[in-house]
Amino acid sequence: MTTERATRGRLPVVLVLPALLGLAFLLLPMVGLLVRAPWRTLPARLVGAEVGEALRLSLVCASLATVVCLVLGVPLAWLLARGDLPGRGVLRALVTVPLVLPPVVGGVALLLVLGRRGLVGQHLDAWFGVSLPFTTAGVVVAEAFVAMPFLVISVEGALRAADPRFEEAAATLGASRWLTFRRVTLPSVLPGLVAGTVLCWARALGEFGATITFAGNFPGETTTMPLAVYLALETDPDAAIVLSIVLLVVSVGVLAGLRDRWIRGAT
Amino acid sequence: MTLDASIRVSRANFSLDVDLTIAPGEVVALLGPNGAGKTTALRALAGLVPGARVRVGESTWDGLPVERRPIGVVFQDYLLFAHMTALDNVAFGLRARGTAKAAANATAATWLDRVGLAGFERAKPRTLSGGQAQRVALARALATAPQLLLLDEPLAALDASTRLKVRADLGRHLRDYPGHTLLVTHDPLDAMVLADRIVILEDGRVVQQGTPAEVVRRPRTDYVAHLVGLNLYRGTAHGTEVSIVDGGSLTVAEPATGSVHVVFPPTAVGLYPEKPAGSPRNTWPVTVSGIERHAHTTRVHLDGTPPVFADVTTATMADLRLEPGDRLWAVLKATEVHTYPS
Repeated sequence: MTTERATRGRLPVVLVLPALLGLAFLLLPMVGLLVRAPWRTLPARLVGAEVGEALRLSLVCASLATVVCLVLGVPLAWLLARGDLPGRGVLRALVTVPLVLPPVVGGVALLLVLGRRGLVGQHLDAWFGVSLPFTTAGVVVAEAFVAMPFLVISVEGALRAADPRFEEAAATLGASRWLTFRRVTLPSVLPGLVAGTVLCWARALGEFGATITFAGNFPGETTTMPLAVYLALETDPDAAIVLSIVLLVVSVGVLAGLRDRWIRGAT
Repeated sequence: MTLDASIRVSRANFSLDVDLTIAPGEVVALLGPNGAGKTTALRALAGLVPGARVRVGESTWDGLPVERRPIGVVFQDYLLFAHMTALDNVAFGLRARGTAKAAANATAATWLDRVGLAGFERAKPRTLSGGQAQRVALARALATAPQLLLLDEPLAALDASTRLKVRADLGRHLRDYPGHTLLVTHDPLDAMVLADRIVILEDGRVVQQGTPAEVVRRPRTDYVAHLVGLNLYRGTAHGTEVSIVDGGSLTVAEPATGSVHVVFPPTAVGLYPEKPAGSPRNTWPVTVSGIERHAHTTRVHLDGTPPVFADVTTATMADLRLEPGDRLWAVLKATEVHTYPS
């Protein structure tokens, strides 16, 4: 380090100053949250019914949404990485659309398709009596819609980085493509899969726009943590801070769980 | 039952056209320079790329996907499954082909024992040495009792000291294996030691085939000659005098007529700073164009009519103090020169 600095001169202020400002900009709001937290009443509020209910609902819905993403997203990632599809680039771009789409727009789109009068929703209602909007299932659908691209992109990247010759080796040993996928491919992309799953889960946990648009706000049924934070901010700011701190702790926990090795495996 | 294969692969700037016949128990080496199409031929036989028609006795492999072919492949860098133990790697093929877990593990353990790796059942591939990984790869390929064993540069990833031992072990296993073996290599020594027959591939075509002894004694192209370390010329013989196509002439011991190959080892060439007195028949002036040092000898590349390789001892090197550009006289003993019809 010393020799490098000696030979390459001082760090330029033009870069260092904005870098430090950027760092402060990212960290200060979180510090503010901790400074303004009503620490004295915090334990009492935490065990209160309102927070517990929202937290439980959030965890359950985010986990279910993650399962949905895994079941659908991993095969989709495999198809994008390994399937010899025409127009694969276009497909890959389409998959990432929900990533850049404002979540509210995603919620509106979901309503139009899965709503009681929607393209698919009307048949779901008529044939199975299933109606997704404004239900807990609707929360899962909205979260899965927003979070799935994170999983697909992460797993697809890992699959494309994995050496396909191992799959060839498995084939020469008599393994079908399905067996090869389960026993050889999937274990080799496990770090990417774990990273993608965690990102997907974290995104689902924090999902707000699509959820409130598609599933509405019914305490105990569709009011997840982010919705509860937003509502509490108008009536009881201290409650909003407590809820926010809980989400912050969960998020930091997720980051800690991700650690370098999982992230490295995904890139 | 003999295995007959015809391989036709064409790509931009490259076409491969090879017919191979392998008898049961026979080891055929496909030897050639990089880019000759050796690995493509192997991949075609495995079904990893289209283009090979294979017939074994009465049955053909046409349209059989890779996983249904009775093959075993040892890849150049082995491609052992990193997350599985050595035992699971060897048992993988048996499990994939429907053997029950206990039976597959038992067979796999027997194979690990046969390749000298008893006690390594639980070892992960990354903890194995290169030679051990190679033997696990061989056991994995042979465990399913394939009809055709394909070896892609099986010794290339090993360092020189382990290669000797692993090559000897591999030779022993190949002799025990009753099926057909195709060995792809660019190392002539691997081919000479391991194969019953050598097929030489250049630019996607077979240029020569025969037993190792035949190929060494009678190389038919510059590549083969250089590979086995011999001087090779094409020429026209009139009795004991051969005029070489690219210029120069040599006197040979065995009289011949017509178009011939002339071949002699670099050790048959003597180098002298002055024209030797009472000069023997095959004496001509040469210029040093390159010097390659090997363990015990030095190979000198010489320009002249004809150009020639000479192997000289370290002592001679010290005496002559050779450097590129030096002018010398090359002397060749007629008794060491062999001719054969081309």
